[in-house]
Amino acid sequence: MKPFAYTKARTVRDASQIVAADDAMAIAGGTNLLDLMKLQVETPDQLADIGRIGFAGIEDTADGGLLIGALATNTETAVHPRVRADYPVLARAILSGATQQLRNKATNGGNLCQRTRCFYFTKPDQPCNKRDPGSGCGAIDGIAKLHGILGTSDQCIATYPGDMAVALSALDATVHIAGADGSERSVPVRDFHCLPGDTPWRENVLEAGEIITGIALPPPVGGTQIYRKVRERSSYAFALVSVAALIEMKDGVFTRADLAFGGLAHKPWHDPRIGEALIGQPATGETFDRAADILLEDARGYGENDFKIPLARRTLHAVLEHAAETAS
Amino acid sequence: MSVFLKQDEPDTSNRLDGMKQGVIGKAIPRVEGLAKVTGTAPYAAEYPIENCAEGVLVLSTITRGEVTAIHKDATLAMPGVLAVIDDPLLITRAAQGTANEAPAQGPKTVCYWGQPVAVVVAETFEQARDAARHLEIEYREDSGAPVDPQAVEPEEQEDDTVHQGDLARAMADAAHSVDLTYTTRGHASAAMEPHASIAEWDGDKLTVYASLQMPNYNITELADTLDMDEDNIRLIARFVGGGFGSKLGISEEVVAAAIAARELGRPVRVVMTRQDVFKCVMHRSETSQRLRLAADADGKLTGFGHYALAANLPGEAFIEPVLQSSHFLYAAENRELRLDAARIHRMTAGSVRAPGEAVGMPTLEAALDILAEKAGIDPVELRLKNIPDKDPETGKPFSSHKLEECLRQGAEAFGWDSGPRKPRQTRDGEWWIGTGMASAARVHNVAEARARVILKADGTAVVETDMTDIGTGTYTILAQLAGEMLGLDTAKVLVDLGDTRNPRGPGSGGSWGAASAGSAVYVACKAIREELADTLGIEEAELELVDGKASSGQTLADLLGGKDITREGHYKPGDIKDDFTASGFGAFFAQVRVNRFTGETRVDRMLGAFGFGRVLNHKTARSQCIGGITWSIGLALTEALEFDPRDGHLVNCDLAEYHVPVHRDVPDVDAILVEERDPAASPIQAKGIGELGMCGGAAAITNAIYNACGARLFDFPMTPDRVLAAMPD
Repeated sequence: MKPFAYTKARTVRDASQIVAADDAMAIAGGTNLLDLMKLQVETPDQLADIGRIGFAGIEDTADGGLLIGALATNTETAVHPRVRADYPVLARAILSGATQQLRNKATNGGNLCQRTRCFYFTKPDQPCNKRDPGSGCGAIDGIAKLHGILGTSDQCIATYPGDMAVALSALDATVHIAGADGSERSVPVRDFHCLPGDTPWRENVLEAGEIITGIALPPPVGGTQIYRKVRERSSYAFALVSVAALIEMKDGVFTRADLAFGGLAHKPWHDPRIGEALIGQPATGETFDRAADILLEDARGYGENDFKIPLARRTLHAVLEHAAETAS
Repeated sequence: MSVFLKQDEPDTSNRLDGMKQGVIGKAIPRVEGLAKVTGTAPYAAEYPIENCAEGVLVLSTITRGEVTAIHKDATLAMPGVLAVIDDPLLITRAAQGTANEAPAQGPKTVCYWGQPVAVVVAETFEQARDAARHLEIEYREDSGAPVDPQAVEPEEQEDDTVHQGDLARAMADAAHSVDLTYTTRGHASAAMEPHASIAEWDGDKLTVYASLQMPNYNITELADTLDMDEDNIRLIARFVGGGFGSKLGISEEVVAAAIAARELGRPVRVVMTRQDVFKCVMHRSETSQRLRLAADADGKLTGFGHYALAANLPGEAFIEPVLQSSHFLYAAENRELRLDAARIHRMTAGSVRAPGEAVGMPTLEAALDILAEKAGIDPVELRLKNIPDKDPETGKPFSSHKLEECLRQGAEAFGWDSGPRKPRQTRDGEWWIGTGMASAARVHNVAEARARVILKADGTAVVETDMTDIGTGTYTILAQLAGEMLGLDTAKVLVDLGDTRNPRGPGSGGSWGAASAGSAVYVACKAIREELADTLGIEEAELELVDGKASSGQTLADLLGGKDITREGHYKPGDIKDDFTASGFGAFFAQVRVNRFTGETRVDRMLGAFGFGRVLNHKTARSQCIGGITWSIGLALTEALEFDPRDGHLVNCDLAEYHVPVHRDVPDVDAILVEERDPAASPIQAKGIGELGMCGGAAAITNAIYNACGARLFDFPMTPDRVLAAMPD
């Protein structure tokens, strides 16, 4: 492990100023960063510990929504009475990720910023354009079972590994960000993560010195909320495919269908056309297939992960069928 | 005084059953349990050694070739760095189990990606790790090293080849037959405690605290590696946090620590990172297998063919003995067995829990399920029909054989429905539910062992051997054996293990530890009993000892008259080993659910029934069975080492990437221990149980997947993508 300076930031402003420097990073729960530092995938010279800068609460907002502090832990968030009552898709997504021990330590802001689990990214002796721009992509033609089928590029086919952000995407949450100059801005979570394109090292829109302070959830909606995660084992495994869904039905047709997908791309995948195609339609196999056709129209497998294409279709089918059964 | 017993004949005296203390077989909690769960049991890296420097291995980043230069100066200038060592005596692979000689040495020659090529030593672990990552190494790379076992010419392992009768004709004439190809993937031992050693020199005397399963072999391996006299080495492995085969032989960090400590003149600790353990210790080879089974109209096997291909590095003697139990498990006159080796440049393949049967049994038992379906015979019935009354290849008698009892008792306890079987009969929402079963078999091994037992003047006892407890319960069962024989509560017996200053045990591996070390303790205790009986003027057989007293009323302290009695038991299996085919047997039953949309498979419940001779401790034996069944679940559903197809490096090398079952994957597991006495297995009538619980269990799950949803799978593990691909619409 490379030696590094460690500073406990007192305020978000302190922290922003430290992490604005090249080779400086913020650390909160550290559940992902410390692993990467041990592997020397990340080699910051300086760490700003943001664990004591506040933003750890979970509060009602004036519009009836909920503001989740960036420094609240995943566990605190998942067990919060309002999250459980009004945003169960978020509670379920969080609880389907990692392990209890990790969730106790991991924060919401850190969760949004977690890095891909691509096997080639985590091995400094292998090529990876994300870790070492220009070195190539080891996963293409390599072991790529966990990799993306949507929005990939010839530079990178890694996936965003998290669950929480998939639910946040379905909920259309907003990320609150503080800048080094004291400014604040908000970014819809659907726009927070980036596709790899020619800049696979850039995973989200945070600029130097910016720190996430909170995540705002819009006022709750009715209907059924589902988080469905397909994985090899029952716990502590990343999604092969996951679906977050907010579904309402009336008179036998969908009246709401906010869907986001995990395990398929470099970001939680949200395509508004899927919801539009479902609304007003009955819960039939043809309807589900049309939605899946839209989701997968540009899907491309890389051999090992070809199965994700039919799996995504089938999982979407399962979720919509289950939602329809629950709703009726 | 040493007492020697070479067992040439079955021992039906069952002397342990005649003892009166009543502790043998009892479900006594492990005696070191409290120390372990309170963190006070010292594991190898935890000994507080003063002035200890820290070493980290440097692993190669080419597949095959030669190290041409190591630029040490820049690394030596890094903070805290003490040495960069590329001594030609460093080993580049772990020793195979019971190798008893140095493994491959000379880190200049690279044979696989991830091979240790140097060790960097620094004041702190973090400094050493950082320096190791920055060490600049130049290589001359030999391109084109084969890394795919299917792409090389296989080498026949002739000792395994069997040709009896005419299998082709039996297949052609069969009323029912199957001819199927299966694959299994590489497996990691994934023991909780990573490999770690602390080496300390005192003049020419070397002490190594290490995490090893077989100190008796390991000391010879280390002496040979360092060209030392064995008497100048002491190995200490009192607590081992799981081994599962990966700690059978000395591994790279043992030698690195010893050489570094000698060079620096101070103690050195080398702890492998989790990634290092995965990359450069041992893994189970992937296999491809072909099963040909021919049966007559009644389901009696007439032909049995099992072919397997396993891989290893060039020069490694170990080839996964896939066919081990196939040689004797089922009767069939026409037999063809053959094992081939593929020589490729990936990390070393070696023993991982139940080498051989772990992957040979699931394929056989999955193929039998298909045969049963074709023949329209219940799968339990099919196995019952084909139990041989003697070894079908050698004609030798079985030492004992409890397959039938296991099948019957297991089926009853599980609630096996022997009616007609058809897939997709039970559904629970999105989930298809089904059941499956399989037989279990694992050869019984036993080895020479020594143990010293001291009955102390105060009426307590000490057992000393360099045998290890790798989490299996050795401390406890040896205390029970001595307690039973000497009439002592187990609390009065101190067991001292894992120190080569003690008499040499067999070590833990191949499930042989309990029967071998236990027999040495038995022999020593019997000799002590003879001495006590002499004092009383009676025959040893008449001596009754309970709770520290003879039946005549004297206490042990009275009988001992202020003196200790010390006896070293020396047990060696004799002709018995050649005269019988000895194996543990069992049966697995599983209920699984398969998601009709996603192909996800979850085990609802699983039960195993096992016959493995005398049960020495009902609790620790049951734990071994449950652990084995848990491994079966991993083998069936999730565990697979992934190797890069280009350079052969191991891709998934931590516990987040290599999926062993977690608690939620193992819902309700039960094990029935079918008590028996195997007179030919050992003088204590016990066989091994460390591995039997995973020898075939994966097939019960495979067969249950089919029964649930109609998907026949031929590739382990049966991950959702594969289940989906095989699932009928």
